[in-house]
Amino acid sequence: MTMFTDELKLKIQDIVGKENVVTDNASLLAYSYDATARYQAMPDAMVAPRTTLEVASVVELCNTYHIPIVPRGSGTNLCAGTTPTQGGIVLTFKHMNKILEIDEENLTMTVQAGVYTKDIFEAAQEVGLFYPPDPGSMHISQIGGNISENSGGLRGLKYGVTRDYVLGLEVVLPNGEIIETGGKLAKDVAGYDLTRLYVGSEGTLGVITKAILKLIPPPETKKTMLALYHNLEAAAETVSAIIANRIIPATLEFLDQATVEVVEDFAKIGLPTEAKAILLIEQDGAAEVVDRDMEKIEQLCRKNHAFDVQLARDAKHAEQLATARRTALSALSRLKPTTILEDATVPRSEIANMVKSISEIADKYGVTICTFGHAGDGNLHPTCLTDARNEKEITLVMQAFEEIFERAIALGGTITGEHGVGMMKQPYLHLKTGTAGLDVMKSIKQAIDPNHIMNPGKMIVMAETSKGAVTP
Amino acid sequence: MNIKEKERIQAAFKEKMDYDELMNCTRCGFCLPACPTYIETNYDEVHSPRGRIAIMKGLVDGAIEPSEEVKESIDLCLGCRACETVCPSGVKFGQLLEQARDAIYQINEQSIFEKALRGTFFNHIFPKQERIVGLTSLLGFYQRSGIQKLARTTGILHLFPKNMYGMEKVLPEVPKRKQLKSRPTHLSALKPQKKKVAFFSGCLMDTVFMKTNDATMKLLQYAGCDIVIPKTQGCCGALHGHSGEVAQAREMAKRNIEAFEAAEADYIITNAGGCGAFLVDYDHLLKDEPEWKERADAFARKIKDVTSILIELDFHKENLQLPRQIVTYQDSCHLKNGQKTFMEPRRLLESITDVDYIEMKDANRCCGSAGIYNLVQSEMSMQILDHKMEQAKQTKAKTIVTANPGCLLQMKLGIEREGLSGEMTAVHIVDLLLEAYEMAHPEKLSG
Repeated sequence: MTMFTDELKLKIQDIVGKENVVTDNASLLAYSYDATARYQAMPDAMVAPRTTLEVASVVELCNTYHIPIVPRGSGTNLCAGTTPTQGGIVLTFKHMNKILEIDEENLTMTVQAGVYTKDIFEAAQEVGLFYPPDPGSMHISQIGGNISENSGGLRGLKYGVTRDYVLGLEVVLPNGEIIETGGKLAKDVAGYDLTRLYVGSEGTLGVITKAILKLIPPPETKKTMLALYHNLEAAAETVSAIIANRIIPATLEFLDQATVEVVEDFAKIGLPTEAKAILLIEQDGAAEVVDRDMEKIEQLCRKNHAFDVQLARDAKHAEQLATARRTALSALSRLKPTTILEDATVPRSEIANMVKSISEIADKYGVTICTFGHAGDGNLHPTCLTDARNEKEITLVMQAFEEIFERAIALGGTITGEHGVGMMKQPYLHLKTGTAGLDVMKSIKQAIDPNHIMNPGKMIVMAETSKGAVTP
Repeated sequence: MNIKEKERIQAAFKEKMDYDELMNCTRCGFCLPACPTYIETNYDEVHSPRGRIAIMKGLVDGAIEPSEEVKESIDLCLGCRACETVCPSGVKFGQLLEQARDAIYQINEQSIFEKALRGTFFNHIFPKQERIVGLTSLLGFYQRSGIQKLARTTGILHLFPKNMYGMEKVLPEVPKRKQLKSRPTHLSALKPQKKKVAFFSGCLMDTVFMKTNDATMKLLQYAGCDIVIPKTQGCCGALHGHSGEVAQAREMAKRNIEAFEAAEADYIITNAGGCGAFLVDYDHLLKDEPEWKERADAFARKIKDVTSILIELDFHKENLQLPRQIVTYQDSCHLKNGQKTFMEPRRLLESITDVDYIEMKDANRCCGSAGIYNLVQSEMSMQILDHKMEQAKQTKAKTIVTANPGCLLQMKLGIEREGLSGEMTAVHIVDLLLEAYEMAHPEKLSG
């Protein structure tokens, strides 16, 4: 990679305007991190283009000079995916944040990359439609980031993840050319499915500037329930039992006692802190179906030793419960200075085995791991409470996580369900893909981004390695 | 910024910042949508709580050097603490901000205007109530003597910073020196006594806003409170604490704790959100002084906003009446985020007959007053105010109600800027409540 020179800065200023290229030290620090603990590295500049054409010109220039580009939404990802570990420019989308169209005939919404997920959800709601993906940080995350990370959320079990709602994309390729993939189409088999290739590509194959999203009719009603348990395994077994009985709840979340306690401490909505584990269950749809399912689910909970089952009092209470669940990760940090979380995912039939393995592995290494997550889709978030300053303990934590990954793979699972690989899970990617699988990924990267300027060092390591920017 | 100054600031950060608190931030970003300056700067991470914490930590770690941009990031923060209420990790941002400003301002060179302003206000006026009385009398003389008229017509005020000029217009007409000097020390309940309270009269509240203080005490009497007003109390020190003059703030805290211990009241009542939030933090302010810690703790536990005790004493169930009108409420950041009091004012307003209470969009977002922020960061302050006024106008309210003198002046300034002085007014909630009580109970008006 070449140096980021003053000459280059002037050239970028010519493209995006002087005020949209920032290089002062306070700004560089403010774009040196994302929501991932322990990763930080300074970029050379923050650039905020105003149009797709400006993005294309900036990318072309960077390609010529071999300058790394890190596209960044709100920086809420959890895999160090937008930490500029090799310097270069951080690309932000604060000027490209418009909802361009809501097409009520085709049930689609066309948006620029910088639109907040919450705004998409609300805009759909206003015209009586529904955008289901709801990642934990949806209040502040941007759709460009969601697409790049293929974000999941609480509704993943029944409604799928971001990928299932992206119909088409506008992408600036690493050589500066602009392509459009997909469209407002229910069917489209014209060539390779580039839309799916770019969803979850973590900014390593180009810059997503625009997306056509699929909207669906909203469910008529929704009910929310809490099931309380004296032990973790019983809760996990209930999850498997519900799925085995062919009920697909909209949400099926698992929280252990430590998580419930800290969430309650923050949210103060009367969560049952006496339970060792709780399940947060939601079903939506036609009223009679919801009633029938919830009744059946309650029976299954009790059969699997839930000591109490409570229905949410009203819509507001239900919303409070879901919102409280979203805060779990950050709330856990009240207990210890550093929280490191993973999102090992297993087939949902194996959820009880995985929960058990996690506690055994935590005991083995003597580390504190709290577990919560989207139990219904097998996606758990074992979260380790530690202190980044304690190097000895961090080593143990890393060993414990490695074993958790191996266990997940052995159970037919994956190393990451929804957070992405980024920097954080790079060392473990081969566990899931195998060498041949990794080679295919490298060939794709090499073909599309031969100069390795797009978010270099993330997901897969090409020839050049990172500057080793990990700091405590 | 020269090298020597950079070194001094960096050393001060290392010494003064609570590193464990900095580590509590997980950088999840949940604070971003709550931050007024993040929104007003078109989503600039530098002007977000997460960005500011990263900068503070970066200075301690040595990852970055102090610079003008670093200082600007810390300066531009309103200190509204809206980020605290949405932070799942429970980061005490207000305290971090105070430490950071302490580190910068104990040693930093400020502009001549700002320095003069700070020096005069912080060291010479606020710590001494008699000086505030003196200064207020001067203001009264200015308002009554015709100099005000002269000043306004000659345009001499334009020589002052723009907002000071605006502020001059919206200041209430102040009481005469004699009135300022003869303040009550004890008042009895006007119905069977339910509580014994001590009243924190505040520095500006007891001078420039003396009428509002009188209204507060009257309401408390009507609600069944015996009131003690300790004579030796003084300014709460909030303006000092928030602006990096922590040592001075500590001395003022000690004096107040001593003054109120003798009163032996159930509660200490405040009517200024900004003061209240600082008073409830006295235990934190004096945490490093073991001989004061416990006394500060006892003091802090007794602090209660006037709206909160009025609800506790069922004042909202009294007959309250006003001429028919739409009323809206602008939260005081420190009352809401610092003292968690926000439902009480709304409940009180909703209970007034013929008042149509309409909630303003983003009522809980800072109005841009923020202590002396509107004087030292006037551009951002006015940008925030203009957005606030757009929301206020949407409600079609005749009256904007506030619960803090800074917010009150700022809203008055907003009305003035919008040219709405004929159609809209801003009031402190106690003034409106007293009016509503007396309209419903004309027999009590004689007193």
